[in-house]
Amino acid sequence: MTVRLRVNWIACEAHGMCAELLPERITLDDWGYPIIDQRPIPPELEAHARRAVDACPTLALALERVRTRQPSPRFPTQAGRLVDGEPGT
Amino acid sequence: MTLALASTVGPSAYWYLTRASGTVALILLTLSVVLGVLDVEQYSTPRVPRFVVDGVHRTASLLAVVFLFVHILTSALDSFASIPLIDAIVPFAGTYRPLWLGLGAASFDLVLAIMITSVARRRLGYRAWRLTHWLAYASWPIALLHALGTGSDVKATWMLAICGACLVVVLVAVWMRVLSGWPDGIRPRSAALALAAIFAGGTALWLPSGPLGAHWAQRAGTPSSLLRPSAGRRPG
Amino acid sequence: MSDFPAPATLPRILAGLRTQRSMALDHHIEIHGALPLVAHRRRDSGALIEALERSGLRGRGGAAFPTATKIKAVIASRGRATVVANACEGEPASFKDRLLLERLPQLVIDGAVLAAQAVDAAEVFIAVDAGASLAARSIQRALRERTDASRDPARVRLVPVPRGYVSGQESAVVNYLNGGPAKPTATPPPIFRRGVNGRPTLVNNVETLAHIALIARHGAAWFRELGTQTNPGSTLVTLGGAVVDPGVFEIEVGAPLASLVNAAGGPASPLRAFLLGGYAGTWVTATAANELALGSDELGDVGASLGAGVIIALPSSACPVAEIASVGRWLSDQSAGQCGPCINGLDAIATTLAQIRAGGDPRALGRISRWASLANGRGACAHPDGVVRFIRSAIDVFEDEFADHARSGPCTACLQRQLLPTPTAGLSRAAA
Repeated sequence: MTVRLRVNWIACEAHGMCAELLPERITLDDWGYPIIDQRPIPPELEAHARRAVDACPTLALALERVRTRQPSPRFPTQAGRLVDGEPGT
Repeated sequence: MTLALASTVGPSAYWYLTRASGTVALILLTLSVVLGVLDVEQYSTPRVPRFVVDGVHRTASLLAVVFLFVHILTSALDSFASIPLIDAIVPFAGTYRPLWLGLGAASFDLVLAIMITSVARRRLGYRAWRLTHWLAYASWPIALLHALGTGSDVKATWMLAICGACLVVVLVAVWMRVLSGWPDGIRPRSAALALAAIFAGGTALWLPSGPLGAHWAQRAGTPSSLLRPSAGRRPG
Repeated sequence: MSDFPAPATLPRILAGLRTQRSMALDHHIEIHGALPLVAHRRRDSGALIEALERSGLRGRGGAAFPTATKIKAVIASRGRATVVANACEGEPASFKDRLLLERLPQLVIDGAVLAAQAVDAAEVFIAVDAGASLAARSIQRALRERTDASRDPARVRLVPVPRGYVSGQESAVVNYLNGGPAKPTATPPPIFRRGVNGRPTLVNNVETLAHIALIARHGAAWFRELGTQTNPGSTLVTLGGAVVDPGVFEIEVGAPLASLVNAAGGPASPLRAFLLGGYAGTWVTATAANELALGSDELGDVGASLGAGVIIALPSSACPVAEIASVGRWLSDQSAGQCGPCINGLDAIATTLAQIRAGGDPRALGRISRWASLANGRGACAHPDGVVRFIRSAIDVFEDEFADHARSGPCTACLQRQLLPTPTAGLSRAAA
């Protein structure tokens, strides 16, 4: 079971509080939008990650629990890049 | 502040508590609204990062609610005006100054709605939360009118000063917010400015003939049993 | 399966195609045989799903997702399903979906009806580009022919969707059908679970549906007689640019690009490069392209894929930098305007491309690399990813031309008329 951060890019309005609260995993790009380090969140950072998620004014940040050996279908996109989750793009 | 004397039902501790907590709640609500209106995040610094400013906003709101609960409880517990608890939630249904007290209840209802939607934000979704949050803007002027209309201390200088300061601070915040980003969204910005000006002007015009005028307690709907024959001597 | 004789080789979908005319129902039945509808019971459509599974059919809308898997995902979701036949062809250089609707509507509707039966859907929406009036009329005529002739198990409705590059994306079409704008949405929940009206929704490209219509008649084994292991069957490609006879062709997946170019009458002039997969695709040099087979594995090796089958041949006479700069700006304008990294990143890329084209800024290329990594993967849909792929491969293939421009400014070829299409007429600016 790995814990990961996921951003809803449509909801995100670059308030930037997530990066203040979890600098270990989140930095801001030139326009204030979060760059998420996709490494899984270790247990010692989970409380901070949760706080960052709660702080987001637009609910754009979410904590995802992903089963590490997920038997879900892999969906190939163009150029053979595999994306977990939903079919099609 | 003169106290009524020789009364079998004198002002109890609850009566003082309810006025004090109400005043504090108004100040906290003002702080919360000002922080919201200013979109104060943009003024954050590395030493006062955005999550701290946001935290102050949230904490001020929470504290305001706490003081509101105290305010409501003590007003119900106080035996002078016999205000039932239900009057705090159902506006305009009471016997004690129904309109002015009712405004307080209306304001409280809005604040409750904001609290509930904020706590259950993830479940209710962003849109429901945002819509309710806009109602916060309505809860503040209603609260101020409630304070001026119901408050027993309204004629006291300190009370007027506090209410005046709250009004000024909100006006300044609205002015600053409207100006930043002008002339984008010129219609909502102009509307906000107009509403604020109308409210401030209207309140200022109303005060002398209203709460600061003669026989206000009677005109405001204080039950006659609570009025002394020589009006004006009783607090409220 | 039908006893009707299966086409031994190509053409399959394009069989019996007459120029300028939409294929009428009786001619359609002549060529392909009657529609093999099973008895209207969910259990029985299992045979079709099994056949689709064995056939290995992959979606022809660009994502190449295994069709049977998608159908099963829809069936496994709770609620009555809906089918969307997606003919929204936002890619300016692609014409295959339009051709299918205009000339072979019965085949598409067959597939849609079969898909509806497979997922037990009561409704089928055919999403077409608003303004594709010929296609719309052709479908409406075809639907009328069918109601006169027989009864389809599902209700088929035509819905025009405002045209835009990202409007044909699955979630964008569903968003529009739900009353929203034709812009992609953030999924979760996935469309196959909650789509149109909250129902599990199967969205298939119209070409995929055409293949389904044929597999239902002739079987999985027949389908696999052509194509590759991983991507069996035939596929439609739109070949454009500097070839003698540009157009839509049906090829076997895995066919050599060279043979396709030959079928199009060969190059119209010496070629510099090929764009494989449209504006979200990859550039390859003409020499490298000569060795390429149009199948997923081989293309994957060079970081390319067929996508929705759009191939453009760029002649040596064109200025790649000017072309890329124009398309880059167009793609930035086509952003739905919902996600910060896409809006800002693509705009920065487009501006920098213009700076390179104008010249005098040797560090511009480094900046593009930066914006590209900031835009990649940070949006609600794959639009920024596609643009990044398009730009990165261009900078790689046209390395010399880009360096040249960054140093010395415009070249003589810059003044040529633009080859790569960047239409504005009839295309709604999604970001507006």
